[in-house]
Amino acid sequence: MTGTFVGMPAFPTAARAALADTQLRSNLAHATSTIRAKRAAVVAEVDDWESLRLAGAAVKDEVLLHLDDYLVQLEESLTAQGAVVHWARDAAEACAIVAEVAKAHDVDEVVKVKSMATQEISLNEALEAEGIAAWETDLAELIVQLGDDLPSHILVPAIHRNRAEIKDIFTREMGNAGRPAPDDLTDEPAVLAAAARRHLREKFLRARMGVSGANFAVADSGTLVVVESEGNGRMCLTLPEILVSVVGIEKIVPTWSDLDVFLQLLPRSSTGERMNPYTSTWSGVTQGDGPQEVHVVLLDNGRTRALADEVGRQALRCIRCSACLNVCPVYERTGGHAYGSVYPGPIGAILNPLLRGVGQDEQVDSLPYASSLCGACYEVCPVRIDIPSVLVDLRAQVVDAHRGGLPKPEAVAMKGAAWSFTKASRLAAAERASGLVGRVAQRWGRASLPGGRRAIRRAPGPGAAWTGARDLPAPPTESFRAWWRRTRGGRSEGAS
Amino acid sequence: MVTCVNDAMFPDAGKAVVTLLRRLGVEVDFPEAQTCCAQPMVNTGYVDEAVPVVRTFVEAFDGYDAVVTPSGSCAGSARHQHRIVARRSGDPALQDAVARTSPKVFELTEFLVDVLGVDDVGASFPHRVTYHPTCHSLRMLGVGDRPTRLLSKVRGLRLVDLPGAEECCGFGGTFAVKNADVSVAMGSDKARHVRETGAEVLVAGDNSCLMHIGGLLSRQQSGVRVMHLAEVLAATEGSGA
Repeated sequence: MTGTFVGMPAFPTAARAALADTQLRSNLAHATSTIRAKRAAVVAEVDDWESLRLAGAAVKDEVLLHLDDYLVQLEESLTAQGAVVHWARDAAEACAIVAEVAKAHDVDEVVKVKSMATQEISLNEALEAEGIAAWETDLAELIVQLGDDLPSHILVPAIHRNRAEIKDIFTREMGNAGRPAPDDLTDEPAVLAAAARRHLREKFLRARMGVSGANFAVADSGTLVVVESEGNGRMCLTLPEILVSVVGIEKIVPTWSDLDVFLQLLPRSSTGERMNPYTSTWSGVTQGDGPQEVHVVLLDNGRTRALADEVGRQALRCIRCSACLNVCPVYERTGGHAYGSVYPGPIGAILNPLLRGVGQDEQVDSLPYASSLCGACYEVCPVRIDIPSVLVDLRAQVVDAHRGGLPKPEAVAMKGAAWSFTKASRLAAAERASGLVGRVAQRWGRASLPGGRRAIRRAPGPGAAWTGARDLPAPPTESFRAWWRRTRGGRSEGAS
Repeated sequence: MVTCVNDAMFPDAGKAVVTLLRRLGVEVDFPEAQTCCAQPMVNTGYVDEAVPVVRTFVEAFDGYDAVVTPSGSCAGSARHQHRIVARRSGDPALQDAVARTSPKVFELTEFLVDVLGVDDVGASFPHRVTYHPTCHSLRMLGVGDRPTRLLSKVRGLRLVDLPGAEECCGFGGTFAVKNADVSVAMGSDKARHVRETGAEVLVAGDNSCLMHIGGLLSRQQSGVRVMHLAEVLAATEGSGA
């Protein structure tokens, strides 16, 4: 169940439900267009943006190429500075390690920095099963947690909620989790933020253990880095006596100076800011300052599987900025829940199949098809992940995984089309058949397209998926091929 | 390369390319062995099935100076995907043939502007027109402003900006039926933007996208017709020609 919402249907089904949600469509259209415009404006300010993208991709590719060496280097430098390094092959191992640390200190609650890795491994649920409460302290994660909801965006997990909905959630749920919302709560953003701040403050001051992820892990200095906007992360990283960070093995950058590139790329691509408000870095334990027991859990959970994928491994460059979500016309209309994972949108459509493998789960197999291949995601990706090419490659993997056995109607159709397209004479025969349909429509059809061409309003069989909302032009009575032959290339009747 | 969609469904676009290129002094042939660029198979994941189709493609087009096609999407498929298919085939001869033909494939506006060096093709089309840049021409090929430069030189044509022009229309090949609901949701917004322009005609360089947007515009009784860019550039309406 790692990283996936249990029991979610395949994308087309989940998307249909989301498309019918008027409030969701409105919230998403507003939020994504706002953040798209902000990103575009701050990216346009940078003269050498393309060079930065190339540099970011190159640094990550270098890390992925020598990941085995860099991981050992990171472990050594972290250990030398007093951190305890753990290795987790999968979600269950990672969750067990975090729970063990908590239990060793008799801790029954932890405060959390917003973290995709811990979402991916469903850490909160695993800790809850051990009797340990995990409190999300990022404002949007708090909204999701209090609302017993699922995140729908990597950066803005409550993007599907508007402020009126948030006020209702705070009023209804805050009291069950700690300090209740004030009686005079309004849906003004500043008022909502103040209520969250007061609610969270007592948790920050009480908690003995913090849990985080990391945006970057510097191999040579043994430094973990968290970038954030609200300061809640800084609280969690500095106030508790114990800190456990769950870090995907692809989060490494080789040196401190490599951070330069990413601290420029990430905020402009994600929140549309020149610089994020808080950047916290820590290297193991600092005597008398901050947590005195620091653990780092290095998480695989499918990353080595993705690394073995020749085309797909570039997805491990991802720095979780969400620019691809905000620009995706599919995401803008369906929202994140339809993807059935904490990683939604274009990156989720490749990352989930890469981490989990294809051919086993219909939901995962549907994700590479959840794209029109428009390429907007590739254009904005700060580390140049060619998402459309990876999607196409994953589609081939999905098809290959299902070869053998009874072919699906789609496979029959594709094999039939390929057969027709292998010899021009076969295609010509198919066109003569469709020309007959065109002649029938010409004589007896009633519907016309603007401009006068005959139209088909309702097609049978699989064509119904087209004509449910779209007219279809009736086939022409003569194909181009037949016209070319009849007129000897247009010479015997003029060019038309 | 007329493309299978134009051959079977939109022969007028192919005829327009012939008219236009001959008017500009180009010797035009239609190798009758051609069928399809194989993109529908590749983009749906059926790469093995695409191998014989790509073989047919290279056999049909080997030996020509340039392969011109009225489709950004099919040009993109030939230039970017054929080598993937050839690699999958494991056939070195096919890989060589693809390496020869792929770079000679031009989308129509690339050929007109870059190879022929023209932006005024002598067309006349006295109508209010808006232009949708299709995703593969825009982002896979990078045709940039070539289409609008060509349109701006057409006599009598009034070009109106399309709001949100660069956003995908939602066609996406088999996406249009595999994810029909999302496809239609995207297309509805595109059609709304087209209607907002008050244009009589929506023009684009890919008939597959136009079949999708046009199908919605028709169902909505919008009265807006769709035309391939090649047909507008070949037109001599009202010029007395």
